[in-house]
Amino acid sequence: MKTRISLALAAALLAGSAAAQTSEQFIPMLSYRVGPYAAGGTGFFGGYIDYLDMLNRRDGGIGGVKMTWEECETEYKNDRGVECYERLKKQGPTGATVVAPLSTGITYSLIERATADKIPVISMGYGRADASDGRVFPYVFPLVTNYWSQNTAKIKFIGMKEGGMDKLQGKKIVNLYHGSAYGKETIPILDAQSKKYGFSVTHIEVPHPGNEQQSQWLQIRSIKPDWVILRGWGVMNPTALKAAQKVGYKTDRIVGVWWSGAEEDVLPAGDAAKGYIAASFHPSGTEFPVVQEILKHVYAGGKRGNMEDKGRIGQQYFNRGVIQGILTAEAIRTAQSKYGKRPLSGEEMRWGIENLKIDEKRLKELGALNLMQPMKVSCFDHEGGGAVKFQQWDGKQWKVISDWIASDQSLVRPQIEKSAAQYAAEKKLAPRDCPKG
Amino acid sequence: MDLNFFFEVLIGGLLAGIMYSLVAIGFVLIYKASGVFNFAQGAMVFFAALTYVSLVERGWPFWLALAAVLGVMIALGFAIERVVLRPLVNQPQITLFMVTIGLAYFLEGVAQGVWGAQVHALEIGIQDKPFNFAGVSVSQFDLFASGTAALLVLVLAVFFQKTKTGRALRAVADDHQAALSVGIQLKYVWAIVWAAAGFVALVAGLLWGARTGVQFALTFTALKALPVLILGGFESIPGAIVGGLIIGATEKLAEVYIGSSIGLNIGTGMENWFPYMLALVFLLVRPEGLFGEKRIERI
Amino acid sequence: MFYRLAGQFKSSYAADQQIFPIRQDRTFIAGVLIVAFGVIPLVANDYWLGAILIPFLILALAALGLNILTGYTGQLSLGTAGFMAVGAFAAFNFMLRVPGMPFLVAIALAGVTAALIGVVFGLPSVRIKGFYLAVATLAAQFFIEWVLTKFGWFSNYNPSGVISAQAIEIAGYRFDTAVSKYLLTLGIVAAMALAAKNLARTQTGRYWMAVRDMDLAAEVTGIDIVRTKLVAFAVSSFYCGVAGALWAYAYLGAVEPQAFTLDRSFQVLFMIIIGGVGTVLGAFLGAAFIVLLPIALNVGAHAFFPGVSTDLMSNLELVIFGGLIIFFLAVEPHGLARLWQIGKEKLRLWPFPH
Repeated sequence: MKTRISLALAAALLAGSAAAQTSEQFIPMLSYRVGPYAAGGTGFFGGYIDYLDMLNRRDGGIGGVKMTWEECETEYKNDRGVECYERLKKQGPTGATVVAPLSTGITYSLIERATADKIPVISMGYGRADASDGRVFPYVFPLVTNYWSQNTAKIKFIGMKEGGMDKLQGKKIVNLYHGSAYGKETIPILDAQSKKYGFSVTHIEVPHPGNEQQSQWLQIRSIKPDWVILRGWGVMNPTALKAAQKVGYKTDRIVGVWWSGAEEDVLPAGDAAKGYIAASFHPSGTEFPVVQEILKHVYAGGKRGNMEDKGRIGQQYFNRGVIQGILTAEAIRTAQSKYGKRPLSGEEMRWGIENLKIDEKRLKELGALNLMQPMKVSCFDHEGGGAVKFQQWDGKQWKVISDWIASDQSLVRPQIEKSAAQYAAEKKLAPRDCPKG
Repeated sequence: MDLNFFFEVLIGGLLAGIMYSLVAIGFVLIYKASGVFNFAQGAMVFFAALTYVSLVERGWPFWLALAAVLGVMIALGFAIERVVLRPLVNQPQITLFMVTIGLAYFLEGVAQGVWGAQVHALEIGIQDKPFNFAGVSVSQFDLFASGTAALLVLVLAVFFQKTKTGRALRAVADDHQAALSVGIQLKYVWAIVWAAAGFVALVAGLLWGARTGVQFALTFTALKALPVLILGGFESIPGAIVGGLIIGATEKLAEVYIGSSIGLNIGTGMENWFPYMLALVFLLVRPEGLFGEKRIERI
Repeated sequence: MFYRLAGQFKSSYAADQQIFPIRQDRTFIAGVLIVAFGVIPLVANDYWLGAILIPFLILALAALGLNILTGYTGQLSLGTAGFMAVGAFAAFNFMLRVPGMPFLVAIALAGVTAALIGVVFGLPSVRIKGFYLAVATLAAQFFIEWVLTKFGWFSNYNPSGVISAQAIEIAGYRFDTAVSKYLLTLGIVAAMALAAKNLARTQTGRYWMAVRDMDLAAEVTGIDIVRTKLVAFAVSSFYCGVAGALWAYAYLGAVEPQAFTLDRSFQVLFMIIIGGVGTVLGAFLGAAFIVLLPIALNVGAHAFFPGVSTDLMSNLELVIFGGLIIFFLAVEPHGLARLWQIGKEKLRLWPFPH
């Protein structure tokens, strides 16, 4: 009886997904709106969906093809992510166009499936850093910047603040990281940089979920480092800032990664967060023309967009989602320039992403100048950008305090290639041949 | 070895332990009166804090919000007794424990469904600046929390010793049948107990929320309370305090000192499991805890 | 009427002692197996196989394991996910470090490793019981999670601590499609379910149930309590270890220790509570329920209330799970399996009143 019901359900689902063969481009939204990281999910997917919505309303879609999407709650869990992916991957006239799960764990689980299904995965700012080597990972794109690139940019920023990279010699840096796979990612690259520049680095782990950090900060106080790099997630971030205040460590010497640099990470810490610096690959703010366009076409006149709390429009996570939208849309345009203005398949989209080029002129047309950096993706380099900006929290909002700081690819690229080669050897894959562009 | 540093870690640990005790006291209350191990205490802490903070953010004055949340927690206590406990009156302890796990999930879902999943800052007016005391730096906030905990224990002690309801509660904890036979209404007593636990959850929720912000991770505080109870004994409020102090101190000291001596990185993340291992050792050596009632079945 | 036992005579002891003595039961099980092995691979699509049936089978296996410990022996355990993690990482390391390791042997060794760890953490059960033991198993859960995250050796020094499962190859045949993985998982789970059902009828199984029902009496009658409990921990952890290894290899393809958190332990516990503690059928029913409910909610919500937000659905899921646990424990503590049994009893008479 169980099997009969499931067969009936299967028939219903299959029938339901044979959608009308209209001119539509379907994007599955593997979102999460509950759980400890819900703030990130609601903001990011809100921005992403609102941008696509804006394109639909303002331009009638991309090249005349309307964007459609469906959300599926993953709760930030790997198995739910896989289930959502499998359920939605065949939806729409050409199947799922691209997947962006906003979770490193889900990205890992989807890599093999998506590659077999020929659906590209964009893991913008997270996921496998070594997927930047497009020869081994043709279907995975850690666009804009990966963890390792961002880390080198951070050291460059610290060096800048110290008055030059040579001044890093002999300085003490503490890496306070979240006790998870994500947290441990940057340990090797920091060790490599400490050898190169002569600073000493101490890695201190905060056990998940990170709402207890007293002993860690007491240790930090006894080490008396010049800088603390905060690689946190969720509740660990405001707790860190409050604990820093407790032990009297100066907040403006704490530099956070971009997953520790959203408004939701600092607001619960209240006054303790003033002066805290965080990396980001995009500033906050509603003054960017593209955000204004979203407000105009999606929210004006009492219409309802995806964000329930309109105060969050223009904040970190929302803008991150907008950038995801921009990258998706531009990749579709790139692919359409080759394959024609029609709904595209995942394979065609992959080509579009791999040949994505956004220069400053195009950024201005998009209304995203200074919001995001120019992008140049290639088969060899699936990252396409690599630079970050740094902003400082003044108690009410983030203020950008640096220009785009590029990563140190001389350090990052060899590590990426080594790790990618290891993966290829483990899986017995033959890397593609790419021109070193 | 830096003695000042050692004292800082120790004192910091003791004070953190008080925070655990706050949550543990809620457990003890319920266990003492009804023999139920309430896994949902963490969810109640979260629910109370979230409701309070959401009301305050909607513009309610803080005393009104506090009264409202207190009312909600008391109503919740009555509801739990009526809906969850009464049908399960004679079931074994394990069943009751599992029911509270279900209750925890239920409360978490309702809390987030009603108030949303955003993170909230909670200000109770105490700044968390350090405060130097003979070369040792102590947190103002933690001192305030310990003060609150002490006050709470005092209030509960007075309640249990001096008031009629309190005595009824102790009678029920001692022997249900005997209490019934002298005319104490069990269901009334249980509802009071759950309401009291709700009140304790509110206090704990406010303090924890002020410390770390009100978010879902608050439910994890329940897990830390378990080793506290094992050390202190499930039926003893002073035990919860002592257990909390010990757990807080040892986990911080272990994190700092054991971690670095095994040659691993300083800060090895031991905090998560060390309290449990300690509890495990205690269970093997002195299962009833330091202050609990000895209940031995020799097999 | 359909379930009449009239006319079914047993003429040998073997026939009397078989697992499914009633002919209708045998026909039903045969039918299920034929559908599972023969029909489903032909009709079901990738989504059903890869995202619903495989996790259902693997979680049912873990539920069987927990059932042996909690259902048969009465030792409440919250460390299920930890043992699954041990199995997954052990399988990965065996396949990685021993050249030419056959897949099935690796899975079996992973189970054995988990069993050994299970015995170590089961030692406290010698002195404590009830939810004190649950706390001890929590220690196991957190400790295992920490060890696997902390020491890079377990994940082959992957910077993220994630293990990428190698391809499954048995006798030269590669199991890389959803159908092949499904059949492999189904085979392993069916075999182990049969073993579990038979275990309940052996002396060991009866010792377990004696310990559960009243350990004092069991001790008095001469059963070695220590040994019984430790064997229960070992067998249960073996099942959980194999389930964990399958989770990594046949389902997700890549796992990190965070895939096996306390949440997962609770999930498996809920499965056996809802399904029916102490029955093999209960493990399957519970697993099916827990796997299908969120999906049914999601799909149903989209079909009937398009535009409802996904977070409301997720919170509703938590509320429903919690509510159902309370409901089942209050109303039918023996779970869905008991409801099934009651249904069969009624079928025996239907449509006659008596």
